[in-house]
Amino acid sequence: MSMTKGNWSKDTPLYLDYQATTPMDPRVLEKMLPFFSERFGNPHSRTHQIGWDAESAVEVARAQVASLIGATHKEIIFTSGATESNNLALNGVGRFYKDKRNHIITCVTEHKCVLDTCRHLEQDGFEITYMPVQQNGLINLQELDAAITDNTLMVSIMAVNNEIGVIQPIKEIGALCRKKGAFFHTDAAQAVGKIPLDVDDMNIDLMSISGHKLYGPMGIGALYVRRRPRVRIVAMINGGGQERGMRSGTLPTPLCVGLGEACELSEREMGVETERLKMMRERFYTKINERLDEVFLNGDLEQRIPGNLNISFAYVEGEGLMMGVNDLAVSSGSACTSASLEPSYVLRALGVEEELAHTSLRIGFGRFTTQEEVDYAVEKIANEVTRLRAMSPLWEMAQEGIDIKSIEWADH
Amino acid sequence: MAYSDKLLDHYENPRNVGSLNKDEGDIGTGLVGAPACGDVMKLQIKVDEDGIIEDAKFKTFGCGSAIASSSLVTEWVKGKTVDEASEIKNTHIAQELSLPPVKIHCSILAEDAIKAAIADYKSKKSSKSRAAE
Repeated sequence: MSMTKGNWSKDTPLYLDYQATTPMDPRVLEKMLPFFSERFGNPHSRTHQIGWDAESAVEVARAQVASLIGATHKEIIFTSGATESNNLALNGVGRFYKDKRNHIITCVTEHKCVLDTCRHLEQDGFEITYMPVQQNGLINLQELDAAITDNTLMVSIMAVNNEIGVIQPIKEIGALCRKKGAFFHTDAAQAVGKIPLDVDDMNIDLMSISGHKLYGPMGIGALYVRRRPRVRIVAMINGGGQERGMRSGTLPTPLCVGLGEACELSEREMGVETERLKMMRERFYTKINERLDEVFLNGDLEQRIPGNLNISFAYVEGEGLMMGVNDLAVSSGSACTSASLEPSYVLRALGVEEELAHTSLRIGFGRFTTQEEVDYAVEKIANEVTRLRAMSPLWEMAQEGIDIKSIEWADH
Repeated sequence: MAYSDKLLDHYENPRNVGSLNKDEGDIGTGLVGAPACGDVMKLQIKVDEDGIIEDAKFKTFGCGSAIASSSLVTEWVKGKTVDEASEIKNTHIAQELSLPPVKIHCSILAEDAIKAAIADYKSKKSSKSRAAE
């Protein structure tokens, strides 16, 4: 690995942000390299060996992606990433079936690319239901059941949330949708390669996949589109009719090969990796709780991918904390990290109070995280939280037994 | 986002962190901001008989820019008269720390904190002098 071991600094931080992106696995890069040079062919060239060679590599990759989710290779459409896949799933199905049904159900904690696409569909005359989540971040199945009507075209619920890592009850949602005749789309960008997924067992009709979240390259993703019973979509990118007419454009052979290899590695190593990451997470969580009081986990602990923690360190603002731990690459649900002053909409949807939402850090563990790194991060964060609490007026009030909610704070 | 060395120095080595007894007559306390907005500053001044700020303390919940702004302000007000201190503007703070545009609100909050501490001190003083009459 090119990543520095030990001696982390502001310029070469310890990477604990695996939900943002994952470093490419060196084995993936190795498989990709020939397709940037000697095996450069256009996979759609039908007249010579150089094209056929690229085509066969793309088809191997397609089968590798399909295998990981229990699909057939004909059901995999390569895209530029999960954002495009989500756009294509929602718009594509929406536009094809609009005259039959125009109600779509999604969830308030979805990724912005799903929520924003739904907003646009609303302007085009679709009716969208945004399901709330419970305090643990999971949707309530009874409420979902009640929300599905004869007019419901599709339910789009993410498999794993990008901020809090919680795993939605995908199989149960799939069964509900099948029973009621609605399509089921899931944004599985954070789930594929992390948890077992089977499109038939889970009754998934469309699934969005991202390359760079599973140790593959950026700039590639896939959309699974079920063939039996068939799901029809209207293409968003038109042209030469590649990808069965659902997504035109020359396929980027090296990226397809990389995504395929990343899927194969994940399929092979998921069991071992899951156990290892669970140990890492358990170690971090136990140690940080030994060092600090008033530490709150956001989202369900059990129904959660092994590589994620999202923790509120009460009375310490998240961005201030990140500046103190600037040799760790982590992210925060605090407002100050973005241009807006609103804290994370995902944490707010869980009912996390704004003051606690401002104190959250997302810590992501992954394939290359070591025990030494976990121990270092715990020390660093615990020391900095302790230092910042000593200068926090809110911590002082809490120690004096003053209820922060009893004070009339001015808006600003 | 690159922060200035001055800002980082105040964040890493904040000056005058602490609390003064808010019930004393010569102490003015300002508490501004809101937890829900992600910034709370408590700034306290101790004023001597000549109206000069002899000590200042702060505690801040907020980002690095908020911590640095309040630390800087405690340095600036010390040795100044109450009236001089009330002249401190957020633009001075923002300039000194080279705050990026998205952090200007931190300097505004620091200015509000001084003003609130001075107002608290003055109201205590006037109620005390009324009591003496």
